[in-house]
Amino acid sequence: MANNSVQLRRSMRWKISWLFILLAAVCLPFSDLSINTYDPWGELGRLFSGLLQPSLSAIDKPFHALLQTIAFAILGVSAGSLIGFGLAQVFHFKLIRILCASIRAVHELFWALIFLQIFGLHPLTGLLALGLPYAATFAKVYAEILEEGDRRPYDRVQQTAGRVSAFFYARLPDLWQHFVTYTGYRLECGLRSSAVLGFVGLPTLGYYLSTAFMEGVYTEVWALLILFYLVIATMRYWLRPKLLPLYLLVAPFIIANDSEISLENVVRFFSIDIVPSPLRNGEGLAGLWQWLAELVMTEALPGIINTLLLTQLALVLTGVLALFWFPFISKLFFQRFGRLLGNLFLVVMRSTPEYILAFILLMLWGPSMLPAVIALALHNGAIIGHLIGRYSDGIRLRINAPKGLNRYAYEVVPRVYNQFLAFLFYRWEIIQRETAILGILGITTLGFYIDSAIQDIRLDKAVVLIVITAALNVLIDGISHTIRARLRLSVSPQ
Amino acid sequence: MFRLESAKVTFQGKDALTDITLSIPEGQKVALIGRSGAGKSTLLNLLYQQRPEDISLVPQDYGLVSSLSLYHNVYMGKLGTRPLWYNLMNLVRPFKQSSDDVQSVLAELQLDDKLFEPVAQLSGGQQQRAAIARAMIQPSEILCADEPVSSLDEQQSKLVMGILCKRFQTLVLAMHDIDLALEYCDRIIGLDMGRITMDAQTAALKRSDLLELYGE
Repeated sequence: MANNSVQLRRSMRWKISWLFILLAAVCLPFSDLSINTYDPWGELGRLFSGLLQPSLSAIDKPFHALLQTIAFAILGVSAGSLIGFGLAQVFHFKLIRILCASIRAVHELFWALIFLQIFGLHPLTGLLALGLPYAATFAKVYAEILEEGDRRPYDRVQQTAGRVSAFFYARLPDLWQHFVTYTGYRLECGLRSSAVLGFVGLPTLGYYLSTAFMEGVYTEVWALLILFYLVIATMRYWLRPKLLPLYLLVAPFIIANDSEISLENVVRFFSIDIVPSPLRNGEGLAGLWQWLAELVMTEALPGIINTLLLTQLALVLTGVLALFWFPFISKLFFQRFGRLLGNLFLVVMRSTPEYILAFILLMLWGPSMLPAVIALALHNGAIIGHLIGRYSDGIRLRINAPKGLNRYAYEVVPRVYNQFLAFLFYRWEIIQRETAILGILGITTLGFYIDSAIQDIRLDKAVVLIVITAALNVLIDGISHTIRARLRLSVSPQ
Repeated sequence: MFRLESAKVTFQGKDALTDITLSIPEGQKVALIGRSGAGKSTLLNLLYQQRPEDISLVPQDYGLVSSLSLYHNVYMGKLGTRPLWYNLMNLVRPFKQSSDDVQSVLAELQLDDKLFEPVAQLSGGQQQRAAIARAMIQPSEILCADEPVSSLDEQQSKLVMGILCKRFQTLVLAMHDIDLALEYCDRIIGLDMGRITMDAQTAALKRSDLLELYGE
């Protein structure tokens, strides 16, 4: 009868999943997950009691902050979209692809830190910090859209009509909706990015949020957050293609300020600041080598290790939360009312940038890896949970399918697991980039060393560290690609 | 066992079943025949809804989870009889007792060499027998099955029909193979355009009449 030699054949995705969980478990003892504040839960209580005492006087500043946030987002993303569209036409050149990949690998906050050194608080800093990485991302995705489109009509009329006319007549109309959908989605991301830029000094939401938090004015914190959710939730009403020209016309006046670009600063940045100090001091290549070795051993290496530890923990916790949350918005498990609550929760978590979540948790619990892990997992888990929940609505179960947890474990999870892994590995690189950034808040990932170097006006160090961070990101992206290819996972377009 | 009185089913604005009056006593083996679209599946589902707790069901599209092993798919028939912790543990590491149970059902259906293969790797006929095994392992005496042997060859069809008749007391099967229906069932109900057009004991029926009216 039962043959003992026959063993359950474990699939590749099963083994990979356990490998990642095991790696996270190995990371655990090396990670600082302590709570350092005197009264963390009391502080959390005071934060939430602020939610119960809303005050209208707390609306004035947030309103201003919100206008700035929206204006930067619209201008930055629009500029990025235009440049990206141009780059997409020449994306088949390897050089362009490499250039875009390197620009993308540097987080917009790091770009902001760099441009702050060059242009100060001039609006150009915010625009470039958003526009540059967004242009690189747009270039890649637009190129993918163009590649998937039907080329035949274009090829037929191109001979007689010329390339430009042929493009506008025979290619763009078919693909237009794809471009619009993706660009709209990126504008939502842009709003989050723009809000977060405030944390390094730009006059957007993050700036006011951190001030309100430091001063303990929690009513204002909530006013800011709730207004921000409202803006994102109502995007489809106020963001109409017809209104865009108007917004583009008004936005420059909103972000304008009286700071001026100092040419001297710009020149000094490129000719002196970012030149490694041994070269500046004439210590030659030997000096440069020693400088570099020291930088790698004392800052880059600890930064890389902590970044990888934190990424690994956050990735696994993200997966756990996503698998836990997706049933709450799935028709297979909950009725309309239950799903409504689930959706509300996931929308709030999705709309809050992980940087803001991490900032809040850090304020409550003190600097350790714990707030960062939780923040990354909450935000990314909500995103993946949302996608998997929606995907699961397409599953048709047999009418005598089991219910409850049996249904979850036997019928649904096995069917969504491929999609789940695809999304998770897709977010891996994004989680890693955010992990590096959270260092600015005081967690000793790469961002911490970059931020410290900038504070000490050691821009040569900062630039090298940023390059290392970008390289790490490209590496993770490569591994994620390989795994997804090996497991034959693909993310269906949203 | 089953009793319907002038039942009617509308699906997307169209009448799928009209004026169905029918009673099926315990222990009867009933075949529903008719051309595709006649309402066999709808009637089968209607009967299933009457007492879902007591019925083993083989749906037309099997409802297998293709990334799980054959063992786990068949075991699903038993989920309701085991505590939750047992089911969850069993998913990670199959229990010996349960895998023996599943194995013995699969052996009857000549499928026991594939116990731990993912269902995605099985052929159409093997998948159909997997869905049948899942229904067989369920502790019930009634079977509702929608074309349970449509993907099997003649010899296997007879084997499976024999097994099903032995395992279940009461059977309601949607069938298109009239010869099999005549051989294994006591009663044949013919459907056409959502109405019952014939209802008779097998002994009183002639093969040629049926073929003319309900053959595919």
